Amino acid sequence: MANSPSPASLEKPVKQRRRWQRLPPALRVGGLLVGIIVLMALLSLVWLPADPDAQDMLSRLQAPSTSHVLGTDQYGRDLLARILVGARASLLVGTVAVSIGLGSGLIFGLLAGYFGGRVDRTIMLLLEALYSLPALLLAMLLVTAWGPGLVSAMTAVGIAAIPAFSRVARASVLQVRVMPYVEAAQALGARQRRVLLQHVLPNILGPMIVQASLTMGAAVLIEASLSYLGLGIQPPAASWGRMLRESQSFMMLSPGPTIFPGLAVAAVVLGFNLLGDGLRDLLGQRN
Amino acid sequence: MLNYVFQRLLGAAITLLLAAALVFGILLTIPGDPAQTLLGLDASPTALAQLRHQLGLDQPPPLRFVHWVTGALHGDLNQSIRYDAPVSRLLRERLSLSLPLIGLTLVISSLLALWLGSAAARAAQARSGRDTWITAGAVLLSALPSFWVGLMLMLAFAVRLHWLPSGGFPGWQEPGRAALALVLPVATLTLTRVAILARMVRSSLLDSLSQDYVRTARAKGVSERRVLYRHALRNALIPIVTVLGVQFAELLTATVIVEAVFSLPGFGTLILSGIEARDYPMVQGVVLVLSALVVLVNLIVDLSYGLLDPRISYG
Repeated sequence: MANSPSPASLEKPVKQRRRWQRLPPALRVGGLLVGIIVLMALLSLVWLPADPDAQDMLSRLQAPSTSHVLGTDQYGRDLLARILVGARASLLVGTVAVSIGLGSGLIFGLLAGYFGGRVDRTIMLLLEALYSLPALLLAMLLVTAWGPGLVSAMTAVGIAAIPAFSRVARASVLQVRVMPYVEAAQALGARQRRVLLQHVLPNILGPMIVQASLTMGAAVLIEASLSYLGLGIQPPAASWGRMLRESQSFMMLSPGPTIFPGLAVAAVVLGFNLLGDGLRDLLGQRN
Repeated sequence: MLNYVFQRLLGAAITLLLAAALVFGILLTIPGDPAQTLLGLDASPTALAQLRHQLGLDQPPPLRFVHWVTGALHGDLNQSIRYDAPVSRLLRERLSLSLPLIGLTLVISSLLALWLGSAAARAAQARSGRDTWITAGAVLLSALPSFWVGLMLMLAFAVRLHWLPSGGFPGWQEPGRAALALVLPVATLTLTRVAILARMVRSSLLDSLSQDYVRTARAKGVSERRVLYRHALRNALIPIVTVLGVQFAELLTATVIVEAVFSLPGFGTLILSGIEARDYPMVQGVVLVLSALVVLVNLIVDLSYGLLDPRISYG
């Protein structure tokens, strides 16, 4: 009896498990997938199974084995190492693109939603024009102007994300600006900047985080598409889209280099989509 | 109603003009002299001057923009540098492949989404596990990159089974082979598009099925099939059509990628060859026409609301 756990220590883990289980399933699965990918990207900074750019023509297109867990590509490069490095590139593009979209979208959405009238109409008209240019086409224009590469890809995806962020921010501001606490701040004579930054902004961040997660998935997908088309990250740097493009001619000999990078893209996109859906469900429950 | 149509037409025209300004403006950010970039450092001053004149670079940007827009309104999108032919003619030739590809995908994915979405909605009402499977499948499918789906289909049906061609297009003069060449591209586009549509059909239908008029129809003894298609679906069409409109822009970009995967000579490969050759007039022209298509489809979607639901008034 002396060694048996006290009732209090039994209770704690059960409570924790229940709280975890109460989270929407999409949030749990999405969080897990995103967590794995982020860990993979971080791991690639300190450890890699092999040099991702080292060519070994004697071990070309090898099937998965103990020396190369996912096999090798047409230049004998280790696929796992390249996929780990590719995760870093994908997340970097996604993060920068989301930052551009989120930052600009917040400014436009706050201004349009809070001031309304002519400011709102002008901003919405400009965003409508931007919206009629699909992200990939916008990226293609920037690549034509600036040349292919990481900067063009990140900027294009970020600019293309601005309309969606702005619309979400605007819709949220329209809801928040009639709340009693905003009206109270205005009645107390608070300056517009203060009302916007201290009272409106913190209360619209929830929907913006949901949008950020969904945009992150879309950004990774567009970056992979651009790299597949040869317009994104340039060789010899590893990117999932580029790996798929290069392996296409050899897929009859070895399907591995065509299958694994595609699965990686799908896992990231699925992860962020589910995370966004789950966060939306969670916010919906709380509200 | 006429007033609303006029307002929407005017709105679409302004949007398109702003989009054209954006397309034009982005290409103004080309670092250095575009003529020098195209011809290289060894180009003679005469050749440079000639190309600058051909591209209109010897004129101020606002004037070039006005010329470009008025030309586009008359169907003239300037001369392609790479092909030395009018961009509008090249685009027309390529659209004869891309438009049927997009049209077929839209029809097949809409029908498939209606079938899958209504099956999932019925299963959800009956609390059957089939709904979970269809929804999970749709979530998974919507995360797959279109080029990878294309590659996987090519690997299975062209490389391994040898049932279908792995790429290329023989031209419409050989209808049988042309149809076969389009099977995998249409399947790729459909698989990646159908998921989002099916999810929207499901949620929209579930919303309609919980309404009082559905309960009344059932109480009157109307068959379940008629309840679904005549009562619930008709009222669920507006969100579905809205998503279809949004999806159109994504379908255009997916078409560019899928054409590259299957080496189809459509507008996608035209724009890619334009980027490769830094053929500015061609990239500019193709992007403008595709944006115009997006604006047009959004306009049609907006105007269709009144036809789909007579209760919507435009007063």
